[in-house]
Amino acid sequence: MNKHVSPRMNRRAFVIGSAAVGAGLAIGLDIPFGGPAVVRAADGSPEIGAWVVVRPDDTVVIRIARSEMGQGSLTGLAQLVAEELECDWTKVTTEYPTPGQSVARKRVWGDFSTGGSRGIRSSQDYVRKGGATARVMLIQAAADAWKVPASECTAANSVITHTRSGRTTTYGKVAEAAAKLTPPADVKLKDPKDWKLIGKGVKRLDTVDKTTGAMIYGVDVKLPGMLNAAIKDCPVFGGKLKSFDEAKIAGMKGVKKVVKVGDTAVAVVADTWWHAKTALDALPIVWDEGDNAKVSSASIAKWLAEGLDDAQPAYVGNKNGDAKAAIASAAKKVEAVYSYPYQNHATMEPMNATAIYTADKCEVWCGTQNGEAAFAAVLEASGLPAEKCDVHKVMPGGGFGRRGQTDYVRQAVMIARQMPGTPIKLLWSREEDMAQGRYHPITQCKMTGAFDANNNLIALHYRLSGQSILFSLRPEALQNGMDPVAFQGVAQSGDAAFGYSVPNLLIEHAMRNPHVPPGFWRGVNVNHNAIYMECFMDELAQAAGQDPLEFRRKLMGNHPKHLAVLNAVAEKIGWDTPAPQGVYRGIAQVMGYGSYVAGAAEISVTDGSKIKVHRIVASTDPGYIVNPAQVERQIAGSFVYGLSALFYGGCTVKDGKIEQTNFDTYNSMRINEMPKVESVMVPSGGFWGGVGEPTIGVAAPAVLNAYFAATGKRIRHVPLRDQNITFA
Amino acid sequence: MANLTINGKTFTLDVEPDTPLLWAIRENAGLTGTKYGCGIAQCGACTVHMDGVAMRSCGVTVSEAEGKKITTIEGLASGDSLHKVQEAWIAQDVPQCGYCQSGMIMAVAALLNEKPKPTDADIDEAITNICRCGTFAQVREAIHTIASA
Repeated sequence: MNKHVSPRMNRRAFVIGSAAVGAGLAIGLDIPFGGPAVVRAADGSPEIGAWVVVRPDDTVVIRIARSEMGQGSLTGLAQLVAEELECDWTKVTTEYPTPGQSVARKRVWGDFSTGGSRGIRSSQDYVRKGGATARVMLIQAAADAWKVPASECTAANSVITHTRSGRTTTYGKVAEAAAKLTPPADVKLKDPKDWKLIGKGVKRLDTVDKTTGAMIYGVDVKLPGMLNAAIKDCPVFGGKLKSFDEAKIAGMKGVKKVVKVGDTAVAVVADTWWHAKTALDALPIVWDEGDNAKVSSASIAKWLAEGLDDAQPAYVGNKNGDAKAAIASAAKKVEAVYSYPYQNHATMEPMNATAIYTADKCEVWCGTQNGEAAFAAVLEASGLPAEKCDVHKVMPGGGFGRRGQTDYVRQAVMIARQMPGTPIKLLWSREEDMAQGRYHPITQCKMTGAFDANNNLIALHYRLSGQSILFSLRPEALQNGMDPVAFQGVAQSGDAAFGYSVPNLLIEHAMRNPHVPPGFWRGVNVNHNAIYMECFMDELAQAAGQDPLEFRRKLMGNHPKHLAVLNAVAEKIGWDTPAPQGVYRGIAQVMGYGSYVAGAAEISVTDGSKIKVHRIVASTDPGYIVNPAQVERQIAGSFVYGLSALFYGGCTVKDGKIEQTNFDTYNSMRINEMPKVESVMVPSGGFWGGVGEPTIGVAAPAVLNAYFAATGKRIRHVPLRDQNITFA
Repeated sequence: MANLTINGKTFTLDVEPDTPLLWAIRENAGLTGTKYGCGIAQCGACTVHMDGVAMRSCGVTVSEAEGKKITTIEGLASGDSLHKVQEAWIAQDVPQCGYCQSGMIMAVAALLNEKPKPTDADIDEAITNICRCGTFAQVREAIHTIASA
């Protein structure tokens, strides 16, 4: 129950997590990387290195350690392996190794975590090497059989050719022999200019079952003798379960057991989930809500607002010159305060996990963004050692960061432990999912910009006040108390670097951590930092009497990649030409997750309150693009997610609880509200950036800046529904 | 007990009459292609056809569904040949996580039954399903592809 913001509790979870994935718990089945002892897949086909299995019929099974959750990484990662493997793409299939298998093999598949837009960018190197290693071994096996040097053989489309004699064979035919070879110590990867499959918008590998109802999500898992559980956790974070009156639901249809889950939750186990949920709704529960029940959105906002005061302590994340002095003596200054609320991930599939526990074994089936973290949670909750546990990943109905957490996995095991031998499927109701989120952190930001007499921006002070995700979830990653991730998009350097040069700059964070548990929500801190910075850039441009694009360009001379994507959207949307009658434009740029992105929107506004989004243009430079069709979908999806949060989102707190309960109070964009996103891809090569998240940063500011252009009014707070602004 | 006709087959299910059709389909008939998203008829993930009309099955009780012809995503194909909406979905690579797509496909199939060549405005009015991944552009494109075939 990783519930509280208490660092102690979370640190413990981390230590266990580290042990599980480190050498300490590896059980030492000493199987070297594709070594002389042949390692076989479940169907008996040989592994050619850990990443590739080749079946006799030439089917190539590519192992995927990261999680597919809709973002397309499964297909992209397979493309990376297949590119180097030189196999027939039409015969490629994929499978997930389990975290238990990975631990048993000394983490041969590396990191399983799928967040921070890292699925491809953090594993591209070793998965391509996995493909190349298998190719070298397969070619060697053919050369050995022909008694010719391997250097005289080539491979393409799963066919190996001895170039001098013209003899050919296939991967399937030499796989057994290849599996017995010692893998090469090092392999050379292709020059990007020689890529054939990387860069192609090939179809996803997981589509068909998603159109027929056959795809198994966590919620669909069925095991023999399985029972279903519904759960309620204390709605006030940090509170506890005091009591429940089981007698009141005795005899309700299908109910098998009512169980306490940790100190904070109660679950009803029944034959069907509908029976479990119906009984849980009828169960009288008393909570010990504690002091957090006094917290409200108003009290949080007041506390955060106090953090905007310079007299309060703050961590400095980015600094240049002396911003405070420059502002004090400036010819002109501009100041504004913005805010961004809590947001729920609201994945379409609520959290769930299926667990079976016996004294010798604990297995879990679930959608997760981090198989290894889920595995660590199973170890902790079951009390069993690694060799007696495993996690079977199934398709998650969305992740967006929520399924990187393991609270729901832990709960399922804690329930199953109370009914040994019976598989338990725990499913949260949508209401539970809304109440027990790991919310996008809440922040406010005061920005002050100062100009010299010639309207040059000479100073910028960006003072963020609010919640740190790392403080709650990864306190060991804080740097002398500072959360470096809080500066995503406005950082001095790195994969989310600020894109403007300002001679006197001060970017700081007054950390204030309310009791509502924060989480990594698609785009994470780029969301609010990009809104604050890019909307304020527009305010500065206006104060300087300059065009928002021109104003930015002047500050971006030292940031050519940031500038290139900004220019690309400006050109595509036709910034230099007038917009259609009644239509207004806004523009924004940011860097996040190693990629440079920009967005522009064309909107019209009726009565100051009804927004119609006519066009969205988005540009991205992720260095290399593996699958442009999927990148395009991630860009468009980022706009849907970001604009849903802008228009309809926002979770508020009353009596210590989240007030929103379902999609009626936490709505999401529909097809009628969303124009097609025109994406412009400008991969400049030489680096690997992520694509699942960065674009969300520019979605809201592009629209908000267009709203100002249309109405002359600044919107500095999210969501718009609180300000009676809706889609037309 | 309730008798339901799902995908042309009669199911005699041990359920209370006020059980939402969604849960009878998923848990009692064992057809899990129809998804739970909200339980309050907002998101559309549980959309099925009842006598050819798209309905959010979480908001229909078993007693209301008795005697009606219910079609779920599993019953949309005819034998081995997929429904044209499913084929278009595959051709356009529509799904991302895919969780909402059973409902989305059922809603689109019902729309096309009624209006074989829907305009953008028709689509906007009829397709109100939530997709958190944001597949709307591909959904619209796939519908137009079917309509122009």
